[in-house]
Amino acid sequence: MLSHIRPALVLLALLTAITGLLYPLAMTGIGQSLFPRQAHGSLIERDGKVVGSALIAQGFSAPQYFQSRPSGAGKDGFDATSSSGSNLAPTAKALVERVAGDVETYKGRDGSASVPMDAVTTSGSGLDPHISPANAARQTARVAEARGMSIAEVKALVDSHTEAPGLAFLGQPGVNVLTLNLALDKIRPVTK
Amino acid sequence: MTQNDTLQLGLYLAIILAATPVLGLYLTRLFNGEIGWLRLIERPVYAAAGVAPEREQHWSAYAIAMLVFNLAGFLLLFAILRLQDVLPLNPQDLPALSSDLAFNTAVSFVTNTNWQAYGGESTMSYFSQMVGLTVQNFLSAATGIAIALVVIRAFARKSARTVGNFWTDMTRATLGLLLPGAAIIAVILIWQGMPQNFDAYTTATTLEGAQQVIAQGPVASQVAIKMLGTNGGGFFNANAAHPFENPTALSNFLQMLAIFVIGAALTNVFGRMVKDQRQGWAILATMMVLFVAGVLIAGHVEAGANPLLAQLGADPALGNMEGKEVRFGTFTSALFAVITTAASCGAVNAMHSSFLPLGGMIPLLNIMLGEVIVGGVGAGFYGIALFIVATLFIAGLMVGRSPEYLGKKIEAREAKLAVLAILISPMAILVGTAIALVTEPGLAGLLSAGPHGLSEVLYGFTSAAGNNGSAFAGLTANSVFYNTALGITMLLGRFAMIVPVLAMAGGLAAKKATPASAGSFPTHGPMFVLLLAGTILIVGGLTFFPALALGPIVEHLLLAAGQTF
Repeated sequence: MLSHIRPALVLLALLTAITGLLYPLAMTGIGQSLFPRQAHGSLIERDGKVVGSALIAQGFSAPQYFQSRPSGAGKDGFDATSSSGSNLAPTAKALVERVAGDVETYKGRDGSASVPMDAVTTSGSGLDPHISPANAARQTARVAEARGMSIAEVKALVDSHTEAPGLAFLGQPGVNVLTLNLALDKIRPVTK
Repeated sequence: MTQNDTLQLGLYLAIILAATPVLGLYLTRLFNGEIGWLRLIERPVYAAAGVAPEREQHWSAYAIAMLVFNLAGFLLLFAILRLQDVLPLNPQDLPALSSDLAFNTAVSFVTNTNWQAYGGESTMSYFSQMVGLTVQNFLSAATGIAIALVVIRAFARKSARTVGNFWTDMTRATLGLLLPGAAIIAVILIWQGMPQNFDAYTTATTLEGAQQVIAQGPVASQVAIKMLGTNGGGFFNANAAHPFENPTALSNFLQMLAIFVIGAALTNVFGRMVKDQRQGWAILATMMVLFVAGVLIAGHVEAGANPLLAQLGADPALGNMEGKEVRFGTFTSALFAVITTAASCGAVNAMHSSFLPLGGMIPLLNIMLGEVIVGGVGAGFYGIALFIVATLFIAGLMVGRSPEYLGKKIEAREAKLAVLAILISPMAILVGTAIALVTEPGLAGLLSAGPHGLSEVLYGFTSAAGNNGSAFAGLTANSVFYNTALGITMLLGRFAMIVPVLAMAGGLAAKKATPASAGSFPTHGPMFVLLLAGTILIVGGLTFFPALALGPIVEHLLLAAGQTF
């Protein structure tokens, strides 16, 4: 027993220094020199101010913006210090009531056709930066009208912000809501 | 399954199968001390620690060394978490963890469970994440690999008194395998969008003028080893569903590969060390049969929408998207869920609690089967070795012949120790769940009513005993009751299993080997694969069927009938 204590303590100290300090610091050095944008959180600046991260969803409610998926992160949603899904059971009354309300709101805003599933479900993180192409297509007419653009113009912009599945077959395509809305603001700003 | 889904699964299996013999060869040489560059690094380490690398240990000395080392690791991590507020690298001024949460988290990382009673970005400072959690991600994985090596040597050696040296096995696993592997993975993950910085959380002003505080940190270095070491503890609360912790479907694919690659390669190390690689392939084949079956079921279930939501006017085309990310979709989420629970990883890229009842039952069942479908690094191999012993014992009873494996007679001592180790985890799960369901503090943690509430508790204890760490996360687990109960369950599931495993291995190593005869049962063919898979399913099925019937199966029937809670 006693003969085990020295190797245990020395190895723990050495391996802690190597894997807990040297390794993360080396990765930080390499990561920040090779991929500085990603290593700093893919932040987006506009007029010198940080407006968000390309990977983190934010809430939108104005008609000239595409809307993100509902969020379960934090008390009011989109809290990027408190990522979380709803964790509601498929049989939860709370889930059914929430979705019923969201379906009504969505139809009131974007017409009465059926609502894409991602538009009324919360994501795993509550910070999903994407919406499905079907969801974006359903919102195109409203955004075009609010901005005085043609539907074709908005649709072209949606297409250019649609990310294909990885290697063309991993996962699903998604439209990045924040970068799309930023592009819209740049092309046709809405003056309040 | 769409064509893309089939392609993804096919490519995944192909890469794992192709990597197995390559990594297997490297690991065999690594643990035989034949890797030149590593010798230069490890020699001064052993000198400082007073370790004689060529001096091997009896199984009992090996066990004590492992326990002392893990106890020291636990105490260090517990101290770091309790002193977080006075330690450096804490830009958000997060407070120290409460004693029960620090106990639970320290146990959880030392046992390779990585259950998240803590909230990641809202609980842990950068110092705690790096020097505390990342270190145990390496060391608990290295411990698991070391134990697997003992079991491998037990079958490979003849009339041997010793089973290896814990210090060299653990050091080689860390420095020769996990560290270089994690470094490569971390760089790729940063390229895909994972943050790696020490910046304070960034405050952004959103397009609509709201303030959004964006949590960041040294994410990639921790996530790389979290997957490769099948640890699974998230940097963020939402784990691998968080866009910073899993930015793209490509980063997701890499993470899934990292979960299986070492566990699969260990079957080949076994084959090489017993000088018959077919033995390793037969074990891997058994694992893959059970794995693909799980993927097909869970993928199929999740592709269907929740009927209650479809009735409300939501388009069922995208499937069950509650708790899932758009960039992954249902199949990639279901695939990840099956991988993370087949191996004892426990990272999640979608919320298992919001899976449809039968979709969520597959991850639960995977853990209940003992996480022997590839399994945690090392833990999967020594887990399936127990089932091999049990299978051959049963087969021997059926034909009335004394069973043997690779020339080693399996006798009463081995069979007893194997069954003891197999039964510890089901006992901890069922007794723990039962206690939680009849006590007030246990019931206070439930989010859901009805059968899903039972599933939440059952999943929690299953995950803890299996050292998995994923959850039906509706359960509020950060309470004194759950932190303590699940902490004890994790300790039982890890160390109360490892000690009988080592005892069994020590006994086997000491046995003579008898040459195979015409009457020996071949353990590299389809008959063996079938028997082994059957034994795993029957033991797990019989043990847990009543609990599953009251949880996910009843919920499935009630969902079809439109019942809500």
